[in-house]
Amino acid sequence: MTSALLSGPSLSVEPASPQGRRPRRARRSTPRNTLTRGSALGLGITMMWFSLLVLIPLAAVVAAAAEGGWDRYFSVLTNSQTWAAVSLTVIQALIVTGVNVVMGTVIAWVLVRDRFPGKSVLNVIIDVPFALPTIVAGLVLLSLYGPNSPLGLHWAFTERAVTLALAFVTLPFVVRTVQPVLEELEADVEEAAASLGARRATVFRRIILPSLVPAIMAGAALSFARAISEYGSLVLLSGNRPYETEVVSVRVLTFIENGNNASAAALASVMLFVALVVIVALDLVQRRVSRRG
Amino acid sequence: MVSVSQPTKWALRIIAVGYVFFLVAWPVALVVQQTFAAGLGNLLETLGDSQATGALQLTLMVALCAVVINTVFGVSISLLLVRYEFPGKRVLSALIDLPLSVSPVVVGLALLLVYNGRSGWFGPGLESAGYTVISDSPGMIMATCFVALPLVIREVVPVFHEIGDDQEQAARSLGANAPQTFWRITLPSIKWAVVYGVVLSLARSLGEFGAVKIVSGNITGRTQTATLVVEAKYQNFQQSSAYATSFLLIFVSIACLIVVAFLRPKQAL
Repeated sequence: MTSALLSGPSLSVEPASPQGRRPRRARRSTPRNTLTRGSALGLGITMMWFSLLVLIPLAAVVAAAAEGGWDRYFSVLTNSQTWAAVSLTVIQALIVTGVNVVMGTVIAWVLVRDRFPGKSVLNVIIDVPFALPTIVAGLVLLSLYGPNSPLGLHWAFTERAVTLALAFVTLPFVVRTVQPVLEELEADVEEAAASLGARRATVFRRIILPSLVPAIMAGAALSFARAISEYGSLVLLSGNRPYETEVVSVRVLTFIENGNNASAAALASVMLFVALVVIVALDLVQRRVSRRG
Repeated sequence: MVSVSQPTKWALRIIAVGYVFFLVAWPVALVVQQTFAAGLGNLLETLGDSQATGALQLTLMVALCAVVINTVFGVSISLLLVRYEFPGKRVLSALIDLPLSVSPVVVGLALLLVYNGRSGWFGPGLESAGYTVISDSPGMIMATCFVALPLVIREVVPVFHEIGDDQEQAARSLGANAPQTFWRITLPSIKWAVVYGVVLSLARSLGEFGAVKIVSGNITGRTQTATLVVEAKYQNFQQSSAYATSFLLIFVSIACLIVVAFLRPKQAL
């Protein structure tokens, strides 16, 4: 998709201007349009559906949030219960993202570089959190870490339950972004480094890790966004106790159930903003990677 | 390829397998075990319960509608994004991914604000024309479509990039019109990517909880989906029934995963 934007300036037939920057500006000001009549109609229909489904509803959230002005924002966000929920969510999401960066990379490494019986099963199990309904994820974790835990761990309704649920639902992100990059990594650079006397740790730190960083970052951004917005798996597991285990999504839902759509929209628009920031960051990371490759 | 020393190799292996085992494998196995703790009776009893069966039928209907809509929409938008240039393309392709990182609760709220019958932007107009969206199946289908929107597109776009448009141009130069080219050339070459996307969307659609909870109004026996039944049953201390319904959902989602795992190598060939 970015190839159109990155294609070289050699296509320009215009004689080079003294500044030498002119062709670039000219190309940017008139984006190419290659739509035929049929495809323009198709684009129109799909855009209409996309607007009705996604854009207009999300705009309505922003509009409802903006209605009350900064005062409403201020009063919603400074409410102590809301603030507790926001800080809990952000801290837990950061913890879980950190865990995922380490564990996700380790799991991806084991899946690509190691060989042992049952590896393909491990590979399928990684995707289970993607496919499992979130409410079922909560129930599933409750069976091992809840009141009837065979391990004797009673983590339900505590902060640990929040960490656990978020770690469960975000497990696949880093693994699935790092795995393909690790698979494509050229072995000869590593061998060259090793033959020149680099120790294993050095090879990993200086050769392998730098090429994995963009993928790890992308996975971390995805898992942070997912952790911030998680709802379903926490319903049964965390008990939603105000000031202790109540996350932002639950807070928004409480506002909606009380008919306070304006406050819900104010808080929801903040979450939406975070989601947008993550999307933009991901797009930038991907562009940088594709430019390098 | 740099070799890892034996102790490190074993340590990494044990860490990876142990983490996944304690976080995913064991808990899922426990739920399955608890479903069958008292034999098959529990599962059969749940399947005979009208609340559960009604919810399962509704879930299936909503998920199928959403998957069909998302497949048609997903394939056409992928085609547009890959094969054509138009202003705003980059913004659109970034926005497509937005539903993956928006909270289901925010999705529910967004649809509620636009389509509710009393104060929504379009709700009152649609309601006077005889269409109820919120607390009815159209709203639930929309919520499900929203959350599963990017899945087909994310599978199909890379394949479109890979296959290029040589064959399509050849077909067109031999006199095929646009629909013929699409059905005979384009669709067969992206078949596996579409199937893969459909299976993923189906798994996601069957399991949607947060957005549907807000939009559906959670009316028992009318707009309650399978995931909402799990919550309701568990909170009413009918745990065996909650486990049995969960088992069905786990079964379907793992079946979807296995189908995908079998499709993957075929796609590569």
